[in-house]
Amino acid sequence: MSIKEYRTASRAHGGLIAVRDTPGVAFGDRVRITDSAGDTRDGQVIRAADEEVLILVFEGIEDLDLEDIWVRFLDEPVEIALSPEILGREFNGLGEPRDGRPPVLSNIRRPVGGSAINPAARTYPREFIQTGVSTIDGLNSLVRGQKLPIFSGSGLPHNRLAAQIVRQAKLKDEDTSFSIVFAAMGVSYADAKFFRDEFANSGVLRNVVMFVNLADDPPVERLTLPRTALTAAEYLAYDLDRHVLVVMTDMTYYAEALREVATAKGDVPARKGYPGYLYSDLAEIYERCGRIHERHGSITMMPVVSMPSDDITHPIPDLTGYITEGQIVLSRELQNQGIYPPVHISPSLSRLMKDGIGKDDTREDHPHVAAQLYALYARALETRNLASIIGADELSERDRRYLKFADDFDKRFVAQDEAEDRSIDATLNLAWDLMSAFPREMLTRLSETELAKYYRAAESE
Amino acid sequence: MPDKHRTGTVRDINGPIVTIDLPGVRSGEQVRIGEIGLVGEVISLSGQQAVVQTYEGTDGVRPGEPAMGLGWPLSVELGPGLMGGIFDGVQRPLSKIALQSGDYIARGLDVPALDRSKQWEFEPSHDLEPGQAVGPGTVLGTVQETEVVVHKVLVPPGIQGELEEVAPAGEYDIESTIAHVRDAKGTSHRLSLYHRWPVRRPRPYHQRDDGVSPLITGQRVIDTFFPQLKGGKGAVPGPFGAGKTVVQQQIARWSNADIVIYVGCGERGNELVDVLESFPKLEDPYSGRKLMERTLLVANTSNMPVVAREASVYVGLTMAEYYRDMGYDVVMLADSTSRWAEALREVSGRLGQMPVEEGYPAYLSSRLAAVYERAGRVETHGAGSGSVTLIGAVSPPGGDFSEPVTSHTKDIIETFWALSKELADARHYPSIDWVTSFSGHVHTAAEWWHEEVDRRWEQRRTEALALLARDAELSRIVNLVGPEALSDAQRWQLEGAALIKEGVLQQSALDDVDTFCSPDKQFALLDLALSIYDKGMALIEIGVPVSELADMPQLAKARRCKSMYNSDQVAEIRTFAQEVEQAFEGIRLEYAKQSVD
Repeated sequence: MSIKEYRTASRAHGGLIAVRDTPGVAFGDRVRITDSAGDTRDGQVIRAADEEVLILVFEGIEDLDLEDIWVRFLDEPVEIALSPEILGREFNGLGEPRDGRPPVLSNIRRPVGGSAINPAARTYPREFIQTGVSTIDGLNSLVRGQKLPIFSGSGLPHNRLAAQIVRQAKLKDEDTSFSIVFAAMGVSYADAKFFRDEFANSGVLRNVVMFVNLADDPPVERLTLPRTALTAAEYLAYDLDRHVLVVMTDMTYYAEALREVATAKGDVPARKGYPGYLYSDLAEIYERCGRIHERHGSITMMPVVSMPSDDITHPIPDLTGYITEGQIVLSRELQNQGIYPPVHISPSLSRLMKDGIGKDDTREDHPHVAAQLYALYARALETRNLASIIGADELSERDRRYLKFADDFDKRFVAQDEAEDRSIDATLNLAWDLMSAFPREMLTRLSETELAKYYRAAESE
Repeated sequence: MPDKHRTGTVRDINGPIVTIDLPGVRSGEQVRIGEIGLVGEVISLSGQQAVVQTYEGTDGVRPGEPAMGLGWPLSVELGPGLMGGIFDGVQRPLSKIALQSGDYIARGLDVPALDRSKQWEFEPSHDLEPGQAVGPGTVLGTVQETEVVVHKVLVPPGIQGELEEVAPAGEYDIESTIAHVRDAKGTSHRLSLYHRWPVRRPRPYHQRDDGVSPLITGQRVIDTFFPQLKGGKGAVPGPFGAGKTVVQQQIARWSNADIVIYVGCGERGNELVDVLESFPKLEDPYSGRKLMERTLLVANTSNMPVVAREASVYVGLTMAEYYRDMGYDVVMLADSTSRWAEALREVSGRLGQMPVEEGYPAYLSSRLAAVYERAGRVETHGAGSGSVTLIGAVSPPGGDFSEPVTSHTKDIIETFWALSKELADARHYPSIDWVTSFSGHVHTAAEWWHEEVDRRWEQRRTEALALLARDAELSRIVNLVGPEALSDAQRWQLEGAALIKEGVLQQSALDDVDTFCSPDKQFALLDLALSIYDKGMALIEIGVPVSELADMPQLAKARRCKSMYNSDQVAEIRTFAQEVEQAFEGIRLEYAKQSVD
């Protein structure tokens, strides 16, 4: 098809324009719109019919005079140019430079939409990543190829935690560091700067590709941004054999942009105005991470999801939780007690932990230690609730032991310094310190051998 | 095959929904769309125009491209070679697709489900003679499909008449002729090792029967407390992180079914890989063979096209019914039916249909009911009794069980294993909540347990549930006023309930010993916990303080018994129960002596 320009734009609303009489335009194709001043905007065909096509305009439709624009169908999907040069660079959601440097030149161009990994080609992720954070390594371990989101709320230190993980993440007994793909959607200038400075100060900048759409940038661009970022991640992982850690913040703003466009298109809303396909749409993004047979590289993902009003049942965290392999949940209560990182372990979970820990991966006692800590902490929280009603003095001796454990756990195990990189051994030893406050018989989740080797009541008393 | 493929033109592309001009196309017919030949299914007709839902992404398709009617509805291939396989939502073999298109799934591929080149050793049935009357379900012969599955080659539904000939024993590929049948009109039908069947039409059977024996899953909270029957239908609802997938996988691993069909419908890729990688290594506790030999996977992960997700449940069910027709007990797990319902919603939304509850179309409940009704135990046409047990995971948004999919499902199923976020947060797994779960099959299951395991099963089960209910009441009091307000007897009830929770209900899928628990061991553990409780209560009644009993080391051991002794060591559990009894007797004698002094 020869590339033609059309002047038949007929309608515009909510980030979309409709163009009439454009025979043979392909669904999903890239569009360029030029206005009378010569400025261009990019778009994508989201409905193609004989009479009319519907175009999503990434930069938004403000100030567009429908009478006075040229619409050009580029006869190619939305693509990004890729080369090793992308490392150290900063782009927008379409892969155009944001750092004032020239565009990446390469004959490797990939459509950002991606396609589904064949489940038969995947390998099960099982290599433990040490993040140096006790609540993650010890109780909700991350493995290479996993997607583990941070569920947070406004004002909670999810960015600091994400940055700490980026700084410290490494495979146990291995020196290779991760390449980082950083995708920022709708975040503030200050948050973006925080990450940029973090990467610069910790010296990893040369290993980072940033894709940034700030809070005041066009929201529609947020819809392609994670896809562009993941296309770059796939290139780094599978063409350049790197282990890639993708940090995406904040998926909530992504979903809100999706809702905005869906509403404009007139899609039937499901919950809270979000379209019924929010789940499938999020899955298209999250499921691009993983490990593939006979490929050296891998993609590990850590999306940040801020829970509107701290509500974990809100559709965005809810649907995310159904797709990702667990979640790290931050708690305002812990934050208010001055505990960093305020990871609330009860609702936190790592589904892929079971095969990444234990004798050959971390330490033989790790699985049972995690189970035991969880059981003790669950009981301890019940006791804490009880104490807040009847007063600590009314508690039995056994219950007071639980109460003390809850406090010690929060202050010693959960809390750690932002610069503290705890090895998994240190984390497990600390766990034994805390558990040894209980008599051996109460530690029913641990085996006799483990108790014999690690239990040390005498020291702690 | 249709006389000729009819061709038409693409008019409108709206995501997976494509409108085409194609005269004479039928509702439900398979259609190939565009130059690359994406496969889809006609879902509505209006004059010459047909609306098609495509099983693949439509990027790059243009109005004006061709569309072709294939003349048949969505069907699956049924024959030897299914076992151990992994298929996508429209039964394309994913391992072969990986060989053709690499790590990512390409579009427009046309790969048949069954291997055409593989030779199968066919053994004709001895009692068949040419001239004999045969009909649907008549066993023409057998093929050893895997070490554990004998594949019965059946006369397909719809074929009735006189047997003209059966092929002699030997090696055949699935397309070779293995029999000819002449029907009443004199037409001769050529039969091969496989046939096709439309997935949306339930396969016929002779008559429906009641379920009689429990499906043993090796999971205590299921088998002992909320049993399922072979041929039953059940649901596992739970918020994310409550352990639905682990429950489903445990059933797939350890249940005493002949065939397991696992449909990963809109779920995580990595979890399916877990099944794919671990099942070929794990041993079936009944046959001792690898689990994969009796397992078939249908994988339509959450990022694969949504329309194929809708189809995947029917594709799985049809294959389940096919093995049922051979007289097997089949378990089909659908993880998750909520994703299936969402696929319905997505398509209905794109068609602009009027939504009723939370955007779902009005036909949600009838579709759900029709799916679950395909489960059941039946008298097959020619292979005796067979069953399909259907267990669907439900993923209610926000863990709210009153949402449409969960509430409609609850009306249809007989066994409800409700997963609880609170239990999961406390790492009480499986997090099946004993208060909100139910089973409609307890009395039927009891007959089996009383016959095979112990006559006290139903009574012990009731005692345990009563104690757990009492525990819930007392815990509310404790939460208000503290444990000091309770009497010694009440505190012992809390201890007893804790023993049942930890020693019986909790079961770790990760523990090599405890992951599977035989019915005998299940009862031994339940009986151990309850007799400790009973004996202790008797001591408390004669004045022994609860603190003395609660700190007995035997209690800690009772909690660990499940992972100390495997299913072959039930005698050891009984011996330990006697030790505990002696310890209690010792305390009783001491107190009796003190009170005499």
